[in-house]
Amino acid sequence: MPFPPPPHAAANVDHASSGGNAGHGGSALAPGEATVSAGAVATPPAAGTGAAPLLSVRNLRIEFPHRRGTLVAIDGVSFDVARGEVLGVVGESGAGKSLTGAAIIGLLEPPGRIAAGQVLLHGEPIHTLPPEKMRRIRGRRIAMIFQDPLTSLNPLFTVGQQITETILTHRDISEKAARKRAIELLAEVGIPAPDQRVDHYPHQFSGGMRQRVVIALALCAEPELIIADEPTTALDVSVQAQIITLLKKLCREHHTAVMLVTHDMGVIAETADRVAVMYAGRLAEIGPVRAVVQNPQHPYTRGLMGSIPVLGADVHRLVQIEGAMPRLNAIPPGCAFNPRCPHVFARCHSERPDLLPAQDTLAACWLYAHPADQDRPGTKQSPNVESAPRAAGPVTASAFQGLTSRGSAVNRDAKTDTDGENDLAQGGSR
Amino acid sequence: MNDTVVHRDSLFARALDSDLFHSFIRSPVTVISALLTVIMITAAMLAPVISPQNPFDPATLNLMEGFTPPMQPNEFTGNVYWLGTDAQGRDIFSAILYGSRVSLLVGFAAVGFAALLGITLGLISGYLGGWVDALIMRIADVQLSFPAILIALLIFGVFKGVVPPAMQDQVAIYVLIVAIGLSDWVQYARTVRSSTMAEKNKEYVQAARVIGVPAPLILLRHILPNVMGPVLVIATIGLALAIILESTLSFLGVGVPPTQPSLGTLIRVGQDFLFSGEWWIVFFPGATLLILALSVNLLGDWLRDALNPRLR
Amino acid sequence: MNETVMTETTLPPPRAPDVPLLLVEDLKCQFEVSKPFLNRLIEREPRRWLKAVDGVSFTIDRGETFALVGESGCGKSTVARLVVGLYESSDGRIVFDGRDIATIKSGAERQKLRRRFQMIFQDPFASLNPRWRVDRIIAEPIRVFGLATDDATISQRVAELLIQVGLSPADGRKFPHEFSGGQRQRICIARALANNPEFLVCDEPTSALDVSVQAQILNLMQDLQDALGLTYLFISHDLAVVRHMADRVGVMYLGRLVEVAASRTLFDDPQHPYTRMLLATIPDITMSRAREETARGEVPNPITPPPGCTFHPRCPLANERCRREAPALVPIAKGHLAACHAIEEKRLEPLKK
Ligand SMILES: Nc1ncnc2c1ncn2[C@@H]1O[C@H](COP(=O)(O)OP(=O)(O)OP(=O)(O)O)[C@@H](O)[C@H]1O
Ligand SMILES: Nc1ncnc2c1ncn2[C@@H]1O[C@H](COP(=O)(O)OP(=O)(O)O)[C@@H](O)[C@H]1O
Ligand code: SF4
Ligand code: SF4
Ligand SMILES: [Mg+2]
Ligand SMILES: [Mg+2]
Repeated sequence: MPFPPPPHAAANVDHASSGGNAGHGGSALAPGEATVSAGAVATPPAAGTGAAPLLSVRNLRIEFPHRRGTLVAIDGVSFDVARGEVLGVVGESGAGKSLTGAAIIGLLEPPGRIAAGQVLLHGEPIHTLPPEKMRRIRGRRIAMIFQDPLTSLNPLFTVGQQITETILTHRDISEKAARKRAIELLAEVGIPAPDQRVDHYPHQFSGGMRQRVVIALALCAEPELIIADEPTTALDVSVQAQIITLLKKLCREHHTAVMLVTHDMGVIAETADRVAVMYAGRLAEIGPVRAVVQNPQHPYTRGLMGSIPVLGADVHRLVQIEGAMPRLNAIPPGCAFNPRCPHVFARCHSERPDLLPAQDTLAACWLYAHPADQDRPGTKQSPNVESAPRAAGPVTASAFQGLTSRGSAVNRDAKTDTDGENDLAQGGSR
Repeated sequence: MNDTVVHRDSLFARALDSDLFHSFIRSPVTVISALLTVIMITAAMLAPVISPQNPFDPATLNLMEGFTPPMQPNEFTGNVYWLGTDAQGRDIFSAILYGSRVSLLVGFAAVGFAALLGITLGLISGYLGGWVDALIMRIADVQLSFPAILIALLIFGVFKGVVPPAMQDQVAIYVLIVAIGLSDWVQYARTVRSSTMAEKNKEYVQAARVIGVPAPLILLRHILPNVMGPVLVIATIGLALAIILESTLSFLGVGVPPTQPSLGTLIRVGQDFLFSGEWWIVFFPGATLLILALSVNLLGDWLRDALNPRLR
Repeated sequence: MNETVMTETTLPPPRAPDVPLLLVEDLKCQFEVSKPFLNRLIEREPRRWLKAVDGVSFTIDRGETFALVGESGCGKSTVARLVVGLYESSDGRIVFDGRDIATIKSGAERQKLRRRFQMIFQDPFASLNPRWRVDRIIAEPIRVFGLATDDATISQRVAELLIQVGLSPADGRKFPHEFSGGQRQRICIARALANNPEFLVCDEPTSALDVSVQAQILNLMQDLQDALGLTYLFISHDLAVVRHMADRVGVMYLGRLVEVAASRTLFDDPQHPYTRMLLATIPDITMSRAREETARGEVPNPITPPPGCTFHPRCPLANERCRREAPALVPIAKGHLAACHAIEEKRLEPLKK
């Protein structure tokens, strides 16, 4: 299982953050600088070789040009996915998870566009490829699984026809062999009596079965990377567990990397090797799943983890992050989390933090800036103040004590509302 | 506490800034259609003020001025009429103004009648469901299988048979409105019914039912405002259709009496002269009808497209 | 706290404390899912019924939170809707504060009863009328129940309610689309509190929300319960949320209750095989245990439920009797009910810890 190097090994990260931390897109364009940015440290080279990671996203910026200005939906996101690794991407709705996935696979809906940054597959940029070439990568090297299995299945053809056809477009084998492979695949994803089910139509399958078929479909070209956008959200809890186990098992067997997009931290904890936490179109924290879940460093991740009810934990009140994620057109300057952060200090309002090493993870938070890098000594805080490693168990409210004691039943978030849908209606003004 | 500061733009300012307005401004065809429609409606309303003569007051007519071509001085009186005159020396321009007045009046009233009937039946049908719904929708199906004009003619036939001839001229216009309205309610009923069926299962309606709000109030206050979007579109397009249907009926001679001519009546009267060279008598009313119907229709088309993504 | 002008006049009448606030007995509800009459005639098909709720009984005490859990389609929402009167039951009794609801015929009496309960829905985007301003939405119950008639009192009360749920009085002038999901759910709660109900039916109130927003809403609901002494029927498919909120829990499967117990008992010592399966499927955030087995199979089609115990196709303990005979919900310990032959036959292994 890949783990990032210990924080002290990442001296060049500090350099990158002090050099290019303006972070408002200006520096994002310079590829030379991008390669030394914090994201590069997030993933160790696969299997110890010096080769480029399977997928690298560098300073990705996605914009929606709009009548009243440009909406920046994704801003400076960098991460890597190694071969055979499961990267979980979590965040609230509207945080930009799906958009990141869509950008990687070249399915951004216009007028959305990649305004800056790079998407590299084995070190080769793919975000600039013409649609024809991109289509060949899609499916063969990168596959996609959506939330609603019905959107990926054609109701007019049997699942066998659909799988066979996909196999034939990607591989040069006879139709008979393809059908045999289709039945094998159905068996592999756990569909009972696959030699009969292969001739059934999608509507004859239940929701969980359909999602299994979609997974079989995604696997038929033996892709290197599967982007799964909320693959279990539409399913019942008991079926969800089955699908997750299946996905995990298959990826291990086929050495397929997965970018698992979900808002369900439980799914991530069970499945992922590493987790990226997104907030307001930016990466808040990225690191090995155990570290992020049990010992999160970024104040947002800590609040998030504490707000999840956990079985077996007798907490009277859940940890509550006051307020709501800002709308895309009203992201505050500096750290996007600053209006809600219990540790906010002066620097957070003026400068945007890059990913900085924080214990075992990387967190976009000034609390983890190198002391020499802190320009206002008076406001300096010890990063470790409340991040003592916790025993396996639910995250406690410690980091948010300041907040919860202040917050009574009354939580005033009237001024900041999220509602991503209304970003356009309300207009952006960037 | 910043509760006290409620900053709110005026309704007008917000309307100017809305997406609807922007999509309007960006479509030149729509802007032109809207301008034409507004001009024609205003002109029709102000007909007594702006028309050069009252074309239906026999005292103002001069038979000597009959068949004056447009923009040419009359050979006897030397008067110039922009759009010429008809056989009785009636100014075509004035006749068109008065005629569009009748046409628009009938159009608006018929649309209003059809919408009222259709919305009411659609709401009831969609909300109650069951056999009430089945009954109303079967009637609608049957009605839809006949052309609108046939229904209107049928109603007129009944009217002619029932109402004493002396009264026929007075009530003809109302009958026309009802006839056109009855031929067009089905669209409203169907649209409103399907929106109602979607809305009534939404949780805000359930919330009202939980506290025991009576069904008529739920329909009126909760559901009706939320199903009006598509109705507006149909009504706009329906206005164009109603005006054309009115003209057709009047053209066939079953519409408004000749004492209150509409555009359709003018066209019927004018077509007798088409082949004897007096083209303007039919051409100008015809063109007016065409432009009016087309503008209103284009406006409706735009409205449908502009509202559609928002209807969810 | 925000004492309201109306509280005194609307306090619940004193009752014997041993009468549960809500008693539901053998509740049934079926929906017709037949094809249209003509198709049925031509295809010679009988009428078909879906038993959404098939004999459910439970009680809820004053001030308690009773939760219903189960997978989608098992009938949780139908129970909720039956309780508040949105659906007609086809059989069984609903007794609210000692009075059988079916016996109340007069409209005025019914309104008097309706004043005492309210409902919060799942989808915060659909549960507010998009054309109404927030203050009008919240004032609706006050107007309908005639709790106040003059505008000044009503708007004062609306402002109080908005503050109570963590919004500001100025938000009353806005339209629902100007709010985020969590804020809309707060508005829904304010509306539900407007008629000072004693009993709130909450149908998946946080399922459409993100976890961080969910925490805010759950905390708010707990605070309101503490402050106003509310009783909740709380419906959710998220077991961790139920564990956090509920005092007692009922587990539903295909229209029936399979296990009812105090929340702690149910989660620490689940008896019914279905409850055990559900618990095993919860993704484990603490990562303290490895998942050894996952659930088998999927929820069957409720139109043609399996005979006998409806869980038998998925149950590791199913035997011949289970396929034949439906188990009844019977007490297996104090305050702990379960419907399973294996428990009765003592075939059930204790849960390994
Ligand atoms: N076509 C579009 N036009 C404008 N903004 C968009 C568009 N598509 C997405 N966005 C915005 O980009 C942001 C990120 O969207 P995205 O769909 O990635 O969110 P998400 O994290 O997947 O949320 P969810 O969990 O709801 O799916 C949101 O604020 C959304 O409103
Ligand atoms: N109005 C209705 N007509 C027909 N079937 C219904 C209706 N309402 C619910 N059902 C069915 O009843 C069952 C239980 O539904 P519900 O109570 O909504 O489930 P959930 O547990 O997800 O809340 C489901 O199979 C559902 O499809
Ligand atoms: S940078 Fe500042 S505001 Fe942002 S999370 Fe860190 S401490 Fe909080
Ligand atoms: S009754 Fe039988 S089938 Fe049903 S849960 Fe118990 S053991 Fe399983
Ligand atoms: Mg998404
Ligand atoms: Mg439900």
